[in-house]
This record gives sequence, C-alpha cells and structure tokens, in this order.
Amino acid sequence: MAKVLVFIDNPGASLKKSSLELLTLARSLGESAVALNGELSDAVAASFAEYGVGTVLRPSVQDLDEFLVAPKAAYLAAAAESTGADIVLLDNSPEGKEIAARLGIRLNAGVVTDVVAVDQDGTARKSVLAGSYNTACKATTAVSVLTLKANNVVPEPAASPTKPVTTTVEVPAGSTAAAARIIAREQKVATGRPDLTDARIVVAGGRGMDGDFGPVEELADALGAAVGASRAATDAGWISHDAQVGQTGKTVSPQLYISAGISGAIQQKAGMQTSKVIVAINKDAESPVFEIADFGIVGDVFDVLPQATAEIKKRKG
Amino acid sequence: MEETLKIVVLVKHVPDAQFDRHLNGEGFTADRSESILSELDEYALEAALQLAEARGGSKAGNQVIALSMGPSGAVNAIKKSLQIGATEGVHLTDDALAGSDAAATSLALAAAVRHLGNVDLVITGMASTDGETSLVPAQLAERLGLPQVTFASSLEVDGNRLTARRDADTSSETVEATLPAVVSVTDQINEPRYPNFKGIIAAKRKSITTLSLADIGVDPAQVGFSGSWTTVTNAEQRPPRTAGTIITDEGDAGIKLVDFLADQKLL
Ligand SMILES: Cc1cc2nc3c(=O)[nH]c(=O)nc-3n(C[C@H](O)[C@H](O)[C@H](O)COP(=O)(O)OP(=O)(O)OC[C@H]3O[C@@H](n4cnc5c(N)ncnc54)[C@H](O)[C@@H]3O)c2cc1C
Ligand SMILES: Nc1ncnc2c1ncn2[C@@H]1O[C@H](COP(=O)(O)O)[C@@H](O)[C@H]1O
Repeated sequence: MAKVLVFIDNPGASLKKSSLELLTLARSLGESAVALNGELSDAVAASFAEYGVGTVLRPSVQDLDEFLVAPKAAYLAAAAESTGADIVLLDNSPEGKEIAARLGIRLNAGVVTDVVAVDQDGTARKSVLAGSYNTACKATTAVSVLTLKANNVVPEPAASPTKPVTTTVEVPAGSTAAAARIIAREQKVATGRPDLTDARIVVAGGRGMDGDFGPVEELADALGAAVGASRAATDAGWISHDAQVGQTGKTVSPQLYISAGISGAIQQKAGMQTSKVIVAINKDAESPVFEIADFGIVGDVFDVLPQATAEIKKRKG
Repeated sequence: MEETLKIVVLVKHVPDAQFDRHLNGEGFTADRSESILSELDEYALEAALQLAEARGGSKAGNQVIALSMGPSGAVNAIKKSLQIGATEGVHLTDDALAGSDAAATSLALAAAVRHLGNVDLVITGMASTDGETSLVPAQLAERLGLPQVTFASSLEVDGNRLTARRDADTSSETVEATLPAVVSVTDQINEPRYPNFKGIIAAKRKSITTLSLADIGVDPAQVGFSGSWTTVTNAEQRPPRTAGTIITDEGDAGIKLVDFLADQKLL
C-alpha cells in the first residue's frame, strides 16, 4: 500500500475544508501521515483521528514561519524520508506550490501542480492552457509530489477513527542559512464572505462598475457568494487585489460565476472559464464574455444587479 | 554611487494566448508556432532595468542579461528583451532540451547561470503563461542554493541586501534576503515599458550568445524527455464553451436572471 504524507501548515483552531480534502484523498491512496507545522490543537488532533491519519509529525524547531518556504521544504523532505512516503500532498496555494517545487528537487521527485484528481496508480489529472485541455500526468520518479486544487474532493471521515502517533522530525541544520527572512507581516481584515477560491458562487465586477462595487457586494451577500473582480477594477483600487480573478489573480471554478461589467479579456477568461454556469451582464452586446456565457443579459449593471438582489430577497423571504 | 549589478532576467518564449493553443506531438508539448515573449516576463525585465538605471545603467557597468531556454524561435524573446533595454542576450538551445519539465528546465537554467558567473540577481516572471506552474523560480533557487524571494510586488536593493513585499490572501509580508538571490515578480510591481525606435536600433548592435548543453557542462540525459521527472500520458482538448441564451434588458432582466438561477437550482 502506498504511503502518503500530507503537509498541513498552521491549521489554527480547526482544519480548513481544503485540508480535509487532502486527508480524504490521502486515505483513498494508501496509509496516511501528516507533517504539521504550527500548533496542534485538540480539535485538529481529533480531526486527524477522524480522518484516519496514522502518524502526525512535527518539526524540531518553531521558527519555520519566519522564513520564506525553503526551511519548510527542508522539514518536509526530512519528514518524507522518515516516513518513506511514496506520495506527498500539499494544497495548491502559491506557498504550497513553492514548497512542493523545492521539495521536488530535494527528493529527486517529480512535481505536479493544480491537480484535481489522482488515480490509484498515482496518475494525476489537471487542466492546462487556461482550462482548454484536460491532461493526465505522472511522476516517473520513486516519490511524487502533488498539489491539490480545492473543491475537487468531497471530505469524508474514515470508516473507523485512528489513534495517531505523534513524533518529532529533526529539521536539517543550516536550512535557514540561505533563506529569505520575513521581517514584517500585516494581517488583512477578513471580509466575512466565503473564500474566493472555494466559493460555490462568485459575483465578479469589472470596469463597468465605475467605482461602485455596492451592487456586486449586495448581490453576492443575497446569494451567499464570494466577490471577484477584473484586473481593471482592482487596478483602479475599487476593490482589493485579493479579489482579482484571472491569469495573474485567482483561478476559480464555482457552480455559478456572475460577471458584471467585465468585457471578458483572455486573461480574465483564464481564471473563470471552467465555472459550471456563467452568467454575464454587459451593456455591449459585442463583448467577448457573451461567447462563453450560459445566460447573457445585454443591459446596465446598475439596473440588473439591484433588481436581481431585490427579487432574490423577496423569494427567499 | 551604489555598486553595479549583474542581473540575469529569465525570459520565456511562449504560445500567444490570443490564439487557440494546442498540445501535440511527442509528450503533448505546446505548439510554439505563434509565440511571443511571455508577457509576465516583461515585468521581470522592467524590474531589472529599473535597478540597473538607478545605478547608472550600462554605462556604469550594470548588466541586464536576458536568458532564454528554448528552440530556435526563442531568440525572438531575447531580441524583444534587447529592444526593451536588456544589455545582452543568452540563448540556451539544444535538441536534447525538448520536453523538459520544470525540474529539468531548472537544472539547465541553473547551469547556465553558473556558467555566466558572479550573478547578483536572477529575476523571473511570476509564472510562464503556458506552463503556469511557478515551479521554475523556486526550483532554480533550490538548485543554486540561493535565497528565494517569490511573488514580489515591490523590490529594493541596498548594497547586498534585498527587500521585497509579498501580498498573500490573509496578510502582506516584508521579506529580506542577501544577494545573490532569485526573485520572481508579479504584475503589480511596475508598468513595463515598450520598445521605442532608439531601442530597436540599439538592439541590433547588442550581442546574443548561443549556448549548448556541452557549453554549460550538462549531460543531455539529465534534461529533455529522458531527464524529466514527470510525463504527460494523455491530453484531451475540452470542448470549447458555447454561447447560451442572450437577452436584452427590457426592464425585467433582473427577474429573468433569478428565474434562470431558480431553473438551474442555484438559488
Ligand atoms: C500580464 C497581464 C495580466 C493580466 N491579468 C488579468 C487577470 O488576472 N484578470 C483580469 O481580469 N484581467 C487581467 N488582465 C487585464 C485584461 O487584459 C483586461 O484588461 C481586463 O480584464 C479588463 O477588465 P474589464 O473587463 O473590467 O474592463 P473593460 O475591458 O474595460 O470592460 C468593461 C466592460 O464593462 C461594460 N460596461 C461598462 N459600463 C457598464 C454598465 N453600466 N453596465 C453594463 N456593462 C457596462 C463595457 O461594455 C465593457 O465590456 C491582464 C493583463 C495583462 C497584460
Ligand atoms: N525555458 C525558459 N527560459 C527562460 N525562462 C524560463 C523558462 N521557463 C521558465 N522560465 C522563467 O520562470 C518563470 C516561471 O515559469 P513557470 O515555472 O514555467 O511558471 C517564467 O516567468 C520565466 O521567467
């Protein structure tokens, strides 16, 4: 049976949904262990047991967060060696991918990013070229390193819980010597809305919102959706850069993407065209976004969005 | 006056995303017939030029070397970089490089950077617009044993100390490292300049060095299809999305939108 190691970085008080997805996938592929960085709260320990984790590894040092990725990769490489892992799974965040990148070199292991599914033989499925191809990729090395996109696995606890054993992994000395140091960190204020990358519904606004994201946010809240934006809107400062969807922003594939006042440039499409259903509102009937919309409305966002919001509130009572 | 810098900018020649892009041939590699300088690498070049100019530019001895690994056409990405302002170009090309994955690419690029010698900074784009993995910068840093400062949205160099800002979802970070280092920059860092007439003329006199694997001491078996650690076993084109129903607002489109969502069970 394959040995699978899952990296979980600073879970805080409880495991995120994407971490539960990693644990579920790991268990489906073999015997699972977790390499943890950060605190191990009681709730997190309970989730590990519930999700069938056999071993929980923790680093011998506490300062991994003070550096950019390199020492975390060194820790994870040591953890993979000590557990004899065949597959290492990480989340698909920018940092997850970078740790995977360095880990791959340390373990002489092939790395596949943006994975949506893994077959029993370790073949990974992913889409490339902005969602225009579905591919199957496999590491040809003894160990493979995979980063899993959120929302592609349904979290499911194990049939019977485990009693995970906790051990410490010695982080190799000198792994911080050539690492960039984080000298300041500013926390951002949480919006209270769902996370853009794994929201079921996204309402996104573009230059057509003309400085007023209110109608986008109100529709998003009526639908319980996350707020997205085009680069034109984030560059103008109407909304935080974190909301940008596209080639240089986030890639999303929600059940529903509502595009409002966005023309549908190739870089914007790169981040949203794998959404299940796309709705577009734009006053220009020639906008390229209509080429990919399941339901398109040629109209003014300042008429259509508030009317839809009011109607949803009315129907939901 | 600050000390001069020798900067390598990694520029990739990629299929133009304005056209349909295809995977074909051995190992489902990207068709490179309609290719351009990856637009995200223009931000890396601009960042390098700004650092060099702040130190007196090429006249003062600062070097901005555009390095591209790829088949013969990749020289066009180098030429464009020279027109924009790079001081010289290096084209790493060898038939044995075909099919290299990120691990093999980073191995070859690391050997090329070592071959150039005394490099203070390697600056790359945040991702290639074809591979889109962002693996190369981190793997290059690991291979060269250098600090990695990735996704920089600002970059300053003072003596041998580098400071950068990174914006993550829940926090913004200020990061510090010593040179030499590998830095990748985002599209938030600057406004890349366009080549102007003077630049296009000047580029004609700039040198482009061609390097083979033998020149940089890399065994062909370590790169290309044979040296890669991943393989693509299948690739299928997704059916392109087609347009659905398009209506024109006649005063009730908001209601019709909600009807559509209800039909699709999305409410
Ligand atoms: C390197 C690079 C990376 C990039 N990365 C991204 C990225 O990640 N994401 C991204 O989105 N873009 C990205 N872009 C930018 C992209 O090319 C487009 O410029 C951008 O997406 C345009 O945003 P927009 O559609 O909001 O604006 P526009 O193209 O200006 O479109 C605005 C639309 O709003 C409509 N409109 C105006 N007023 C109204 C109204 N009252 N009611 C209804 N409709 C109205 C107009 O008809 C128009 O279609 C990138 C560009 C580059 C060069
Ligand atoms: N073949 C190549 N030649 C030059 N630079 C490259 C090459 N491949 C990747 N890079 C650099 O690495 C960055 C990230 O690429 P990637 O890891 O493929 O997403 C790009 O923006 C380039 O700066």
